[in-house]
Amino acid sequence: MEFAELIKTPRADNVVLHRPFHPAVEGTLCLTGHHLIFSSRRRDNAEELWLLHSNIDSIEKRFVGSLGTIVIKCKDLRIIQLDIPGMEECLNIASSIEALSTLDSVTLMYPFFYRPMFEVLEDGWSSFLLEQEFEHLSSVTNEWRLSCVNKDFSVCPSYPPVVIVPKCIDDEALRKVALFRYGGRFPVLSYYHKKNGMAMLRSSQPLTGTNGRRCKEDEKLINATLRSGRRGFVIDTRPLNVAQQARAKGGGFEQEVHYPQWRRIHKYIERFNILQESFIKLVEACNDQSHNMDRWLSKLEASNWLTHIKELLTAACLAAQCIDREGASVLVHGSEGTDSTLQVTSLAQIILDPRCRTIRGFEALVVREWLQAGHPFQQRCAQSAYSNSKQKWEAPVFLLFLECVWQIHRQFPCSFEFNEHFLILLFEHAYASQFGTFLGNNESERAKLKLPQKTMSLWSWVNRPEELSRFENPIYEANSLVIWPSVAPQSLQLWEGIFLRWNRPSRFLEEAEEERINIIKYNKELQAKVNVLRRQLAEMETDGEVQGEE
Amino acid sequence: SHAVLLLQVENVKLLDRYASRKAASGTLYLTATHLIYVDASAEVRKETWILHHHISSVQKLPLTTAGYPLLIHCKNFHVAHFVIGQERDCHDVFTSLLKLSQPVKPEELYAFSYNPKMSKESREMGWKLIDLKLDYQRMGIPNDCWEITDINKDYEVCSTYPPEIVVPRAATKAVVMGSSRFRSRGRIPVLSYLYKENNAALCRCSQPLAGFSARCLEDEQMLQAIREANPSCPFMYVVDTRPKLNAMANRAAGKGYENEDNYENIRFKFIGIENIHVMRSSLQKLLEVCEMKSPSMSDFLTGLENSGWLRHIKAVMDAGVFLAKAVREERASVLVHCSDGWDRTAQVCSLASLLLDPFYRTFKGFMVLIEKEWIAMGHKFSHRCGHLDGDPKEVSPVFTQFVECVWQLMQQFPCSFEFSERFLLEIHDHVYSCQFGNFLGTCHREREELRIFEKTHSLWPFLLQRKQELRNPLYRGFTAYKELQPNTLPFSFQFWCGMYNRFDKGMHPKQSVLEQLLSCLSHSVTLEDSAAQLEN
Repeated sequence: MEFAELIKTPRADNVVLHRPFHPAVEGTLCLTGHHLIFSSRRRDNAEELWLLHSNIDSIEKRFVGSLGTIVIKCKDLRIIQLDIPGMEECLNIASSIEALSTLDSVTLMYPFFYRPMFEVLEDGWSSFLLEQEFEHLSSVTNEWRLSCVNKDFSVCPSYPPVVIVPKCIDDEALRKVALFRYGGRFPVLSYYHKKNGMAMLRSSQPLTGTNGRRCKEDEKLINATLRSGRRGFVIDTRPLNVAQQARAKGGGFEQEVHYPQWRRIHKYIERFNILQESFIKLVEACNDQSHNMDRWLSKLEASNWLTHIKELLTAACLAAQCIDREGASVLVHGSEGTDSTLQVTSLAQIILDPRCRTIRGFEALVVREWLQAGHPFQQRCAQSAYSNSKQKWEAPVFLLFLECVWQIHRQFPCSFEFNEHFLILLFEHAYASQFGTFLGNNESERAKLKLPQKTMSLWSWVNRPEELSRFENPIYEANSLVIWPSVAPQSLQLWEGIFLRWNRPSRFLEEAEEERINIIKYNKELQAKVNVLRRQLAEMETDGEVQGEE
Repeated sequence: SHAVLLLQVENVKLLDRYASRKAASGTLYLTATHLIYVDASAEVRKETWILHHHISSVQKLPLTTAGYPLLIHCKNFHVAHFVIGQERDCHDVFTSLLKLSQPVKPEELYAFSYNPKMSKESREMGWKLIDLKLDYQRMGIPNDCWEITDINKDYEVCSTYPPEIVVPRAATKAVVMGSSRFRSRGRIPVLSYLYKENNAALCRCSQPLAGFSARCLEDEQMLQAIREANPSCPFMYVVDTRPKLNAMANRAAGKGYENEDNYENIRFKFIGIENIHVMRSSLQKLLEVCEMKSPSMSDFLTGLENSGWLRHIKAVMDAGVFLAKAVREERASVLVHCSDGWDRTAQVCSLASLLLDPFYRTFKGFMVLIEKEWIAMGHKFSHRCGHLDGDPKEVSPVFTQFVECVWQLMQQFPCSFEFSERFLLEIHDHVYSCQFGNFLGTCHREREELRIFEKTHSLWPFLLQRKQELRNPLYRGFTAYKELQPNTLPFSFQFWCGMYNRFDKGMHPKQSVLEQLLSCLSHSVTLEDSAAQLEN
């Protein structure tokens, strides 16, 4: 297909762009296959806006006489308005944007056309291989092995080709376990707590069905992670009644009789359609500036967004507590094991593992626990809060995870190597990107699309020193401890950086950030200067002594 | 530590409100000024000090298996839940605290016994640290239009105003005296702040005794004089900060508000801040929400909404923004009042000044602002804070709301204040502590009668000494920001956990950026010294 076919009016002049907190500007609008480009004609203060079509969540058009207005609502939650003279031009542009922002073929997406203008120092596609993670693990324990049982994605289509499993479980057993777990997602290692040797596993629900099917290999697999005589915890992210109902559809949960060493805890985390609804309500509330205080607070409450945040953090704390405080191994799953399960396992690692609070470590966590673990990004992030589509698989599951990280970051502002902008960056790229990283729903799809060969990785770009410096937290001090966040409502806040980002002027907050950076920078420079001076002085003194001896 | 010990009780537990960890066990001491609890079970000696003046209520709760519970609520939002082994001990502590926390006579207040071992000279110097005349000088007063007059030196104009007030030069003594008879409690229009750039003035007073039809020529002349002191603007605003309904109800009592027909070229406006009773009950509801045991997010947000607290904070902020805008953008002078002109009027005048003038965002300037708009102009701290055993209906968190508005501004403009949140909390503590003389009594006259300038210390020098720990590391200096124009959309207001749940440490961030930056700054100073030495 040629993009040109979709673009009837590639260019319009005398277009006026309106954005909140910016004066309206007049300029020229151009449409390309992947971008909407607006450039102001004013020579003195040339301004350009580049918007990826894939970032456009919804578009509305209206007319007053022959002046058309297009309101564009983006997946990053920004809203812009374009006034376009000429009804025909406006209609053409609107329909082009509509078509171009809803292309149904992945291979037409921008990452397949994007040519990087930077030098690639390190190919992000191979920056975070599970093999490296396993090497790291092998230095502290030999109870685990890498299995390639899924190398052609036949055992579990949503798993990566290699996974880490208990050493004593062979591939044959894994194949059997896969048949006993929804979507073939047999229990694999998510996190190993070096401090006490406890493990966190994740999987999908067991297919016990109504007649209580069991699978010896499954029992053996998860029991292999237990110390003798110790119990483990199964954290089921569904409420008990939902887990029970799942049996009727062939699903189920680990029954005590067959898993006597495991205690099951149901810690309910909302499912994706509920989350999507909550997301839409929250964004609506944030964008409606006509609210008085009472209405705002009641809308905020009714959106339930902060409730989901609180519940999710509570579940993650629970998992972390079982491992660190109780000294028990943990298996986490819900139904499919691709959403709430990953939220819990990845957040628990933020709490437990200082490595995950570094930039590199956090990237590795996102790759391992989200991309490789088969969170269906393409489905979940197809639309954002402005979508009116009634499709059921969109949900801000990853955004909720990022926000929980932000909440923990707020409570431990010195314990993270990255800053808030890094989290916002990941949110943006998960929804619309020039990079291929978040395309596809799992590793199998990514392999079929040949993403590593055909697209650039987000990590290749972001890990270059000049980019990275924007995402560093100036007050970071490595903290090797487990960090327990407070989940009291008073401790949790709306993530302004996402939800109010376009609704308030940012100048004063940016200046504060600059000031923080300057204070730390000045201190470091001084320290370096003093160190140099001390060394010089020491050299002068030894020189003096040598001369004195002569 | 040298204080006389009144009571000592062993085997007392202090419960932690949130963490259900094993309760500490220790000893409780009562001195003349403090309740001190020493945790014996902790590895490091841990002490909890509660000033008797800070205690707002003491409750005995029903017996539990652990013993006799005693619940103490403090005015700085500390909540201490003790469990005492013996009923007799519990009762003794209870009755002692009731007495100690509700002094009857002013002389019993801490300020009169507080002795920081300071020379008479430095104590007196301390009281001279803040000189309001200097602030008027800064505004260019006296000038052609405004004068500082001692017309109130014998409190004949107004018993709750200070001896010296700033009025238009054009207002003769007859006008001042006439106006004072027409204003509730004689609180005539006086200058609060003059915006030098355009001569627009912010003035304040109490409600007129207008009833349904009464007029007063002198009062009308007074307003005319204020308006004419700012010749570039043909009109002036008269702002009544009360809800219209309240103001109308006052007319039946012979009070009320200005009739636009009687005053030349005024624009009259209601702003709608609720009265002290509504504010008191709103805070009560807010505190109930803050004290809920493991509330859900929904409980908390619903409770926050139902308390109305943030709605009131927004109303005060909106009013301050309106005044500042009128002065700066419309170049109009504004006369503000509520009923008596010492609560809402103090809030909005001080807030507008803070928005208009960066000086008030410095340590010294903020002290001046509080001395000027609150202390000198007769905000009844003693009654609003319940310093003495008195009418509980007079207690209201009016000053707390002002402090919170400042904090809300700090959230939006992190680099524009010389001081940090800690400075606000420190001041808020001392408004209730009665340790210093500044906030005692209800007005200047009463403070003179109490001889606080001879017998007590001023708070300000003590705070200035602690500038290093109370400062804002992000402050960009006096000239970086002139006027502040805050966003007052509802989402711009946050719940102030650091105030209302201040003593629930578990809820706060576990690492403090403020502390980190302060220590970094002081480290830099040390490094600068070493660098200078090494270079020599």
